[in-house]
Amino acid sequence: MMGPLSVNDIISGDTNFLLAFFIGIAFGFVLEQAGFSSSRRLAGVFYGYDMTVLKVFFTGGITAMTGILLFGLFGWMDLSMVYVNPTFLTSAISGGVIMGAGFILGGYCPGTSFCGAAIGKVDAMVFIGGLFLGVYIWGFGFDLWKDMYVAGNMGSPKIGEWLGISDGLMALAIVVIAFAAFFVSEWVESRMAKSGKEN
Amino acid sequence: MESSSPTKKVRAYMNPYLAGVLLGLVLLAANFISGRGLGASGAVKSVVVTSVVTVNPHAAESSDFIRDYEKGHTGNPMKNWLVFQMMGVILGAFVSGILSGRLSLKTEHGPQTTSKKRLIFAVAGGILFGFGSQLGRGCTSGSALSGLAVMSAGGILTMMAIFGTGYALAYFFRKNWI
Repeated sequence: MMGPLSVNDIISGDTNFLLAFFIGIAFGFVLEQAGFSSSRRLAGVFYGYDMTVLKVFFTGGITAMTGILLFGLFGWMDLSMVYVNPTFLTSAISGGVIMGAGFILGGYCPGTSFCGAAIGKVDAMVFIGGLFLGVYIWGFGFDLWKDMYVAGNMGSPKIGEWLGISDGLMALAIVVIAFAAFFVSEWVESRMAKSGKEN
Repeated sequence: MESSSPTKKVRAYMNPYLAGVLLGLVLLAANFISGRGLGASGAVKSVVVTSVVTVNPHAAESSDFIRDYEKGHTGNPMKNWLVFQMMGVILGAFVSGILSGRLSLKTEHGPQTTSKKRLIFAVAGGILFGFGSQLGRGCTSGSALSGLAVMSAGGILTMMAIFGTGYALAYFFRKNWI
């Protein structure tokens, strides 16, 4: 049995959708348990009073990244069939900048806003209303930003290819960066806790 | 354990590193089972496309956006991996909220601002995030996190742009949060 299961026709399309639902349940459950249903907790990463976002995000990223590489190495998963997000230089950066502004204003990102709304956060429900409006505006004015959307198409490179190093070495570098970020996060949180007590 | 009222117990949040490992395993499962990462904004897009096409069945002929969407998707836009996944997310978060005693209707905001201002900023943030997620081909889940897991150059760039901009603007919006 070799993954990805749906791509290799080991499971049917409908089974794939059913499993997507179960994957979603686990995803939503973990996000809520981590406190991602709270906008103040999410925004904390930008002020240093709560670094949960960084810790959960990077731990999740390196766990999945390492797992995918190992699954490929063991022959459990055909990595050439795994979707790698394409790189359109202009829109990757400008889209990210707009989303970053949305994050600091809104206190949520799309996934976490659904978690917040699910447990009754009114600010999350209102944020979701904004999301729909934003996507609608995007679609309505698509002609205006279509050129920007497709500019700088570079295919689907991996970050290691850009830096001229192997996937394994790149993964190791990302893990080291993540651990450095964890260390800094713990330090920042303890400093903020101390200064909070002094005030 | 902390309690909000004498009768209702609110459980503490999970250790962030444990939550991160579990999140990573969910993302690994998505890749192993379906050959793709997690996402959220794509489901919003499916709903928007469905409503536009329902209101105006000829939208596909007149709108490049709908045509662009239909190029990459066949069949009913609601019969979509991310739509099923997002229905699960809502259920999973709801169950977690019940189990941890966090189910309550409220607007969260910093001590220096009002609920009304918070909600105005939340709409504005949602609009920006909705728009930006379309331009950036995915949000924090679909582009940044899932992109990081497969070491996509574009996904990692988007991740840096999201968090970098958040930090760059944090000072100007501090009254909303601290």
